Amino acid sequence: MIEVKNLVKKYGNHLAVDNLSFKIDKGKIYGFLGPNGAGKSTTMNIMTGYLGATEGEVLIDGHDILREPEKAKKYIGYLPEIPPLYMEMTVQEYLDFAAELKGIPKEKRESSVEEVLKLVKLKDVRERLIRNLSKGYRQRVGLAQAILGFPDIIILDEPTVGLDPKQIIEIRELIRDLAKKHTVILSSHILAEVKEVCDYIMIISKGRLVASDTPDNLEHLLDDAESLELQAKAEPSRVREILEPIHEILSIKMEKRTDGTTFASLDIKENTDIREKVFFAFADQKCPLLMLNTNRASLEEIFLELTQKEEEPKSQVLEKKEAKTDAGRL
Amino acid sequence: MLAVYKRELKGYFQSMIGCVFVAFLVGFTGIYFVAYNLNAGYPYFSYTLSGSLIVFLVGIPLLTMKSFSEERKNKTDQLLLTAPVSLTKIVLGKYLAMVSVLAVPNIIFCLFPLIIKLQGIAYLKVDYISISVFFLLGCVYIAIGMFLSSLTESQIIAFVTTFGVLLALYLWDGILSFLPRSASGGVIGIILILTIVAAYIQHMTGNWLISGGVELIGAAVCVITYIMKAGLFENILKKILGNLALANFFTDITSNNIVNISGIILYLSIIVVFIFLTIQTIQRRRWS
Repeated sequence: MIEVKNLVKKYGNHLAVDNLSFKIDKGKIYGFLGPNGAGKSTTMNIMTGYLGATEGEVLIDGHDILREPEKAKKYIGYLPEIPPLYMEMTVQEYLDFAAELKGIPKEKRESSVEEVLKLVKLKDVRERLIRNLSKGYRQRVGLAQAILGFPDIIILDEPTVGLDPKQIIEIRELIRDLAKKHTVILSSHILAEVKEVCDYIMIISKGRLVASDTPDNLEHLLDDAESLELQAKAEPSRVREILEPIHEILSIKMEKRTDGTTFASLDIKENTDIREKVFFAFADQKCPLLMLNTNRASLEEIFLELTQKEEEPKSQVLEKKEAKTDAGRL
Repeated sequence: MLAVYKRELKGYFQSMIGCVFVAFLVGFTGIYFVAYNLNAGYPYFSYTLSGSLIVFLVGIPLLTMKSFSEERKNKTDQLLLTAPVSLTKIVLGKYLAMVSVLAVPNIIFCLFPLIIKLQGIAYLKVDYISISVFFLLGCVYIAIGMFLSSLTESQIIAFVTTFGVLLALYLWDGILSFLPRSASGGVIGIILILTIVAAYIQHMTGNWLISGGVELIGAAVCVITYIMKAGLFENILKKILGNLALANFFTDITSNNIVNISGIILYLSIIVVFIFLTIQTIQRRRWS
């Protein structure tokens, strides 16, 4: 559906997108996740043909966005970060204009505008000037424009910014609905949102793709750092005694609680599950185990780890690149 | 293209700018018309029209200032540039909308010669030709204003630069008299113009080879011809730049009844050049 190959975008000396490549398949919801300034919007602007890439190419259903822009853009509906609204038009006028601009045939225009108005719940404000609408409504008008004519690919840059919680839920439901027939790509710097809606997450940091997988698999990504937490009704020394025979444990951190129990956090060897062993060890000693829990890294931790550990190697790559271009100029 | 055209045209008349422009042009010309044609009894409407040329200086920048600068400022250009419409069509749609606004007062002007005819003798042929050339001159100014608007995000800057350029063109004859007439001055002037062109090419392409090549080869040709035949460069600046006094082709008609076809061709080519430059400017911005 969409193929992005070795995308590079430079603003002067600043590298906004650094050798980004990915593929997007039909009928899924993709989430671009990254901190502010990671290059999400730039990537989307390039994918939709608003900006030109310094290097690399974007293929939309086999059409290069730069060589066959009109064919490629027909497949895309785009809601930029700031909704592109003409303040002096009414909602109805604006959507009619957008429909004509997108080349929707005359006889279908009215019905498709009508359908979109219904979907994003804008019917009440259709005759009002966009200038007089609140931020949430403006966002919805922008969204209506993006899904007008139901293009195969719908790209939404931070679609829920500025909406109230009820509207956010509504928009999320709408996005899920849309995904039944369309490919949806959305960007966000809010983790919970992406986790909630998307089938597939791409984490971008400093213009590079640092991870891309389903939310579940991403959570497994840090499995090697797995740890086991337990709470037992015993003194720390006794807990240590009980756990001693289990070889898979690398280290034990213990904490005595005021209620006479002990909380222990165990580092264990990679890809092992020692929960049963731990259970029977405590059972044999007739020591009550109050809690046993594998502590899997949350998406938040993965996100932080991935976006922060990038810093070191990144600057080296940048320097190398600059050295290269300087040589080219000479 | 039609969608952009319709929206723009509607926008001009919804936002008052179009109405103000039309009222301004018609009102001003009406005052001249009453003074020259009705009171003084001069039978040429074309003469009246040459008086209202000065209205363009303020009117055209008013019309063109927001064409691209506002889109860029409000980021609505993202809608246009990501729609399945080519950039050429978007630019043409906007240009034609502005030309249509300009056409409204010119159609009203077509009535004035008929009013003169009611009172006696009228020179309809000259009058109608001058109205159409007046319109064409307006189209040239719009193309220039549109280009300047595409360079900036600020409507004010677009207005002021367009006003300045149109004023300079209006006063061009006076400015020309300050230019050197000697052959050596001519060579230096030509090389200066060449440098400006090369700098623009450099800015647009970022390629030192092309711009430097243009500059070097052009300068070499100038110097060689100067050494071979210095006489060629005498008064050359006035001859070349004199063509930029665009309004002269129009005043030739109004004051001397001379229609210069080459002038009309010059008008048309300037329109094409500035539409092209507008497209290039927008195209280039996507890459920077």
